[in-house]
Parts: sequence; structure tokens; C-alpha cells
Amino acid sequence: MRAVESASPLAQDSPSWRYRRSTRQVLRMSAVHLALVATGFLFLLPLLWMVSTSLKSLTQQAAWPPEWIPQPFVWRNYPDAAAFLPLVRYTLNSLTITVLFVIGTLLSCPLIAYAFARIRFPGRDFLFIVLIATIMLPGVVRLIPTYLMFRQLGFLNTYLPMVLPAFFGSPLFIFLLRQYFRTFPEELADAARMDGASEIGILYRIFMPMSGPALAVITIFAVQSQWNDFVDPLIYLNKERMRTLAVGLYYFRAYQDTTNWGQMMAAATMMTAPILILFALFQRYFIQGVALTGMKG
Amino acid sequence: MSVSAPSPAAWWARLGQARRRTFLGYLFLSPWLVGLLAFTLFPILAVFGLGFMEYGIFGRPTWIGLQNYRDIFTNDRLFLTTLGNTLYFVALSVPLSTVIGFLLAVALNTRLIGQTLFRTAFYVPSIVPQVAAVLLFVWLFHPQIGLINFALDLLGLEGPNWLGRPQWAKPAIVIMGLWGVGGGMIIYLAGLQSIPQHLYEAAEIDGATEMRRFLVITIPLMTPTLFYNLIIGIIGSFQVFVTAYVATQGGPLNSTLFYVLYLYRYGFEEFKLGYASALAWILFLLVLALTVVVFRSSSSWVYYESGGER
Repeated sequence: MRAVESASPLAQDSPSWRYRRSTRQVLRMSAVHLALVATGFLFLLPLLWMVSTSLKSLTQQAAWPPEWIPQPFVWRNYPDAAAFLPLVRYTLNSLTITVLFVIGTLLSCPLIAYAFARIRFPGRDFLFIVLIATIMLPGVVRLIPTYLMFRQLGFLNTYLPMVLPAFFGSPLFIFLLRQYFRTFPEELADAARMDGASEIGILYRIFMPMSGPALAVITIFAVQSQWNDFVDPLIYLNKERMRTLAVGLYYFRAYQDTTNWGQMMAAATMMTAPILILFALFQRYFIQGVALTGMKG
Repeated sequence: MSVSAPSPAAWWARLGQARRRTFLGYLFLSPWLVGLLAFTLFPILAVFGLGFMEYGIFGRPTWIGLQNYRDIFTNDRLFLTTLGNTLYFVALSVPLSTVIGFLLAVALNTRLIGQTLFRTAFYVPSIVPQVAAVLLFVWLFHPQIGLINFALDLLGLEGPNWLGRPQWAKPAIVIMGLWGVGGGMIIYLAGLQSIPQHLYEAAEIDGATEMRRFLVITIPLMTPTLFYNLIIGIIGSFQVFVTAYVATQGGPLNSTLFYVLYLYRYGFEEFKLGYASALAWILFLLVLALTVVVFRSSSSWVYYESGGER
């Protein structure tokens, strides 16, 4: 054995070298794991704290040192919060806007994206650059003229300012769908055209059924954007009963004289829960969608 | 599309194929083109025009030339404050979120046990609705009974009155934003995963250390993604609004009076729409200029594999 080993220095050297390296690697990997567990915990702690606080009594909220487990569990915070401000009503308002916005998005964006992706016509590439530029346009520039326009049209205190633009396509969603449509082989549309299919037919019978994941992504983005939107409902809706959940939550803080953090966190949890449930169900599309937005055109 | 009437059908048949395609292309684009005119081009032109007017909520707009701009640059003491606050925020939050997001992505891109779990843990905070997240952080930053100051207390530090002190309010708002770095992290992670593995293997055979592989493969190949996120990050940070509006209303002592919050006050609380439009136009030019600078600089640091693809 010994003779063999010394005869071949490489054979002798390699295992111990590899061994040493792997110990170091194991150590390093455990350090990485440990660091990630710690930071991951740090990231999730606020959420846990939100839920924990939402179930605490007024006295326990002020406990020092802070206590994690509510004692007793004050489930009442939820109905009480919903009684303090009409949160159920606000939820329905947010839901209405969100659903209408999603419908508008799904009607308009595929059509526009298809033209950018698969119909060849002069001016298309220039318009595509315009589309990308509008993705980067700071939204605040539009705020005042758009407000004046909608006011002139009599749209104040309606959901139209939030919903209507969706029917004209959102640049980011158009871009994402276009990128997705481009991944289908060119021959696909060409062959269908040879068979006499119309462009609308190609879009709805061939492209759309194949684009489930991309459509899921833009639907999720659309839901998120409207559910979370704060500025538009704030400036367009003055009637209390028309408020959305996001704006309602803001007033929750503004209206309370003694701050009941339990109720406030209950309201915040009510607003967050639907998004988290959506995430739990469609995790893949969330992650894929976000990853897609970072891909260069 | 109905082609039942004889005359459109005949017209359609007489069109050449190329013309038909052009017609259809613009037809499909028409919703977007209308939207582009109504919701983008018109507002940009209008905001420019309104900047030269005095326009209260009820009166008619009257032309006052450069008066708004003169007032902003000479009479408006808060303008510089708000600009400074915003630049402070951008300068702190953009680099921090880039670095933290990128480092997290690099760490998650190694062979990990429970990678999905980690990814979820970092990503989930970024999808919490903003208003809910801000309220949560107002609670976490509570000077006496807040969790953050409790943690600092455990470390033997005395936590500040975060949102009540001018020098702490801005960092607190930056921290609120950093909670959402998970979104950027996912983008970086996708970028890292698209780097071909064989590049690393080849470099390893050539004896490149891990650090070196990171510097000459990972970083250059990630520059397009970093570049994209930098642009989006700068544009987004300049418009920071909701956090300050909900958490501090611009206080204490205007320390979190960010540009858009200031603009909002003029536009929708004082209803000086002309003045607010001038402010909007200035912000637009500022962001545009900065974006152009970053784009210009990109040729020296952003690496594109296939040359002129962009």
C-alpha cells in the first residue's frame, strides 16, 4: 500500500487535499447557512410581529420587554377594527377596482403585445422604443394634468381614473407579454396564416392558450398594483364610502386618538393576507414575473 | 371582425398583403396609441404648459410666464430642503438596496439546503402592501415600546426616537424601503442563474480563485441587470411618497419632506396646480438628466456579450 501511494504522489496528495478543501467548504457553507437563517429571520420578524400584535390586548401591546405570544388572544381586534372604519366596505371597493383593472389589462395587453411581437409593419420598432421609454417615465409628471383631465370629464369620485387606463394597456405588461410571444417560433404564426387564420384567430386560438404563465404573471402584477395603489384613490376619491383599503388604512392611523396598535395591526393584516394567500397559491408566477422584469429587451 | 358587408370586404381584398398587415398592426395597437396620447403625451405637454400658469382649484388658468420657476428658485425656502431630502434618500437607498439585494442573491445562488425557503423569506416582505408595511414600521420604530428599540436595548444601545427626530427620520424611511429588497434580489438571482456554468468550470481549471471568478465572471455578466435595476431604482426613489406621507407627513421639521410629497401638498392641499406643475417639470428634467448620465456611463461599465444587440 505504502509503496503504491508514494509511487504515485498525485494519488496520495489528491484525497487529503480534497478532504481539507471540503472541510473548509463545509465550514464556509455552514457559516453562509447560519448567516442566511439569521437574516431571513430578521426579514420575517416584522410580519410575525404584525400578526402577534394584532391579537394583543391594549395592555399587552405596551409590555416591556415585548411579549411574542398574545395572552389572552384578543380576536376581537379584527371585528373592532372593521367597526372602527368600514373595512369590509373598503375591501369590496379595492376588490372592485382590482377586478375591473385586471379585466381591462387582459383585454388590451395581449392584443397590443401581439402586434409588437408578430405583425410586421412600418413604425413598429420605433413605437416599441416609445413603449419602453414610457415604462421609465416618472409617473408623478403625469399626476396633475391627468387629474385635471379626469376632473373635467366628471370622473372624480368614480373608479374610472383607476380602471379606465387599464383598457388602454400598461407598458410594462405589454412589454412582458411581447417578450413571451417572441419566444414562440415565427413559423407558428406563419403556418397558421397559410391555413387562412386571421391575426385575431392566431392570437386567441394559438398564442393565448400557450401563454398561461405570462398571463398569470401580468394578472398577479395587476392585482398587486391596484390592491396596493395609494396615490390615485387618495386624489380621486373624496367620499368616505368609496375609499379603498389602502387609503382606509391610512385614515385608520389619522383618526385614532389613543393608538390601539392591536386594531391597527389587525387592519394591516387584513390588507396583507389576501396578497400572501395569492402568493402561496401562485408562488411560481410571482417569482418568474419579477425575474422577467429584470431581463433586458 | 365582421367582413359581411360587401364594400369593406372588397376593399380588404384589394389591399396588398403588406398594407393589410400595416392596417392590422395599427388596429391592434390602437388602444395603446390612444392611451399614449391621452395618458402620457398630453399630460407631459400639459404639465409643461401649466408650469407657466397660475391655476387655483376653481379659477381659470392664467398665464404668468416664468413666475412659478422664479418663485421656486428664489423665494421657495423649502424647495432646496425638499430637494436635499430627496437626494439624501436616493443616495442612501439606491446603493444600499442594490448591494444588499445583490449580496443576498449571491448567497442564495450557492448550493443551499432549503434554498426555496430562504428565497421566500426574503421575498415575502416585498409584496406586503406598502401602506400596511409603513404602519407596521411606525409601530416597530415606536420610541418607547417598539421592537427595534427593544433589540437595540438588548445590544446595550439606546434607540433613538426614530420618526420624531429630524436626524433619524430619513434613515428610518430608508430602512422601511430596505425591507423590500427581496424584489430586486429575485431579479439578481435570475441573472446569476443565467450565467453559463461552463464559464466557471473553465476558470476553475485555469486555476482562478473563487474571488477572482466572482470578479471577472459574475460581476461583468451581471452588469446589465445591475444597470437596469439602477435606472429603475433611481427613478423610483426620486418619487418616494407613500412612506413619508403615511409615516411622518413630511416631519419632523420637514426632515422627510420629499419632493413628491411637497408637490402633492401644492397640488392637492393648497391647490396651486400651476406651481405644482412647474415642480413636476423640474423633477422630470432632473430624473431625465440623471438617467441620461447613467446611460452614458453605461458604455464604460456595462458588459454586453453580443455587442450591438441593444
